[in-house]
Amino acid sequence: MAVDKEFPVKIAGKGVDIDYGPRRIVEKLDLEIPERRFTALIGPNGSGKSTILRTFAALMKPSGGSILLDGRDVMELSTRDVARKVGVLLQGPVAPEGLTVADLVRLGRYPHRSIFGRWSPEDQDACDEALMLTGLADLSDRALDSLSGGQRQRAWIAMTLAQQGEAILLDEPTTYLDLEHQIELMNLITRLVAKHGKTVVAVLHDINQAARYAEHIVMLKDGRITAAGGPETVISSETIADVFKVKTIVIRDPVAGTPLCIPL
Amino acid sequence: MTGRRPLRRTGAEGRRWLAFTALLCLLVVVAMSAVALGTITMPFSTIAAAIFQFDGSRGHLLVTTIRLPRVIAALLAGSALAVSGAIMQAVTNNPLASPGLLGINAGAAFAVVCLMTVFGSSTGDIYIWFALLGAAAAAIVVYALGSLGTTGQSPLGLVLAGAIVATFLTSLTTAVLIFDQSTLDAVRLWTAGSVTGRTMAQARTVAPYILTGLVAALFLGRNLTALSLGADASRSLGQNPVVWRGVSIAIIILLAGGAVALAGPIGFVGLVVPHIVRMSVGIDYRWVIPFSALGGALLVVTADIAGRLVFGSQSFPVGVTIALVGAPFFLYLARTRLKAEA
Repeated sequence: MAVDKEFPVKIAGKGVDIDYGPRRIVEKLDLEIPERRFTALIGPNGSGKSTILRTFAALMKPSGGSILLDGRDVMELSTRDVARKVGVLLQGPVAPEGLTVADLVRLGRYPHRSIFGRWSPEDQDACDEALMLTGLADLSDRALDSLSGGQRQRAWIAMTLAQQGEAILLDEPTTYLDLEHQIELMNLITRLVAKHGKTVVAVLHDINQAARYAEHIVMLKDGRITAAGGPETVISSETIADVFKVKTIVIRDPVAGTPLCIPL
Repeated sequence: MTGRRPLRRTGAEGRRWLAFTALLCLLVVVAMSAVALGTITMPFSTIAAAIFQFDGSRGHLLVTTIRLPRVIAALLAGSALAVSGAIMQAVTNNPLASPGLLGINAGAAFAVVCLMTVFGSSTGDIYIWFALLGAAAAAIVVYALGSLGTTGQSPLGLVLAGAIVATFLTSLTTAVLIFDQSTLDAVRLWTAGSVTGRTMAQARTVAPYILTGLVAALFLGRNLTALSLGADASRSLGQNPVVWRGVSIAIIILLAGGAVALAGPIGFVGLVVPHIVRMSVGIDYRWVIPFSALGGALLVVTADIAGRLVFGSQSFPVGVTIALVGAPFFLYLARTRLKAEA
């Protein structure tokens, strides 16, 4: 599962075991996330995608093995250090009623501030930039619960951007969004990777979405990697039949030229 | 892109400072009126003289031993209850949470009732210490129970543990009171929540706990906002949610424990004041905390004056007045807000 050598490894899992209570979800996982690329984790329900994402974000402790962030074991880093390097957006985040976009984005500066530290111009600039990138500058005073699903999702991403970490991990960011907002979000991610040098990892449900936008795809089944690499190498009717138990044909997307799978 | 500097602290921040100052002035005026008003109206000059040049006259005695302690008790209990309610709601991520959910009121009541049953009702101010200890013990048990289980500590576990412990202790208290008429008579007023007949010594006993809690709560602000996003988001922002939840609960114990020891379990303040504050100043806890402190103090002092004037009884429990006035007012607020959003 070698990663394109052009891009160094940002986050690596080495022999990672993950348990949920007595149940082993993931065993001896070796996974490398290339820097400044968009990596998609795909696989059926229960394949361990979200669990792996949570573990890579240091929100869960692996039972064995190690997670290396820029070559350093995350267990040796403080929660705050990790938060300065990695922003995370899990599924269905809930904000308290009445929280505004600006309030939420300000919270992204939490790992950069000490208990008594004052709000600095750098904090301000980071927030302004995050709002600008997500196109929310005009909505910053709006309460989160008054926004559409797509805008709300962008506001949470703006919070992770204000953290100014180099990596952003997203768990099913497009689920529950309509098509327009899905595309908008995928374009935002692509822009963050291409123009701002971010490393993005997203759990995606839609194989074709992953094939079209992601540069690196990791296909998972029962907590194991069945295929990893560029869309061309990973998406084939064989791998999909094996992992998703669905018969498909894979053709070339007439617009983007990426693999497009069509169920039979 | 019209808002080039969308987060610049200008208008909103300035307005909040202005509102805070206005509220503070209002509180001072109301508190002074609370000392002045009563069966005998005291001019402000007499009040000032009683405080600064005490001459032992009947009027001065009335101010320093009856009216002033009562107002101070109301200020302390009101601010403590409102701030602890705000913290509780953030920590449990539950807008309906109040300090009572940690078992604080039930623990205090049980300890006081036990004390009076064993030693009789003439135990003096020792009951304050029992109330504080009972509140703290109950809250610590709830916190420990809520932290058990495979998933570790969760807001829901905390609320469930609190409900169980509070119900259990309340049942025990009721059982004791059914068999002990004299204790029932002695604690009846206390259990309704009242600031009648508080002494300076009692206020002085709990003031350090409440003031420490209030100062600590002011520094908790930003951490509370992060905590209120839930455990995962809080950790992903670099916060240790378990540590900060523990700190928050320690502060709640100081505040709500002190308040219940001083004035009994006054309900509603801890629930309603943070709500009204969030409706008016937003969800940022750096502002919610100080505004809640002022709002809670204002509500309890005002309700106490209203109880004395409207119901014409010096001993009308402020807890009852707040529920009578507060419930309709809160309903009105919730209704108008729902309409505005519809």
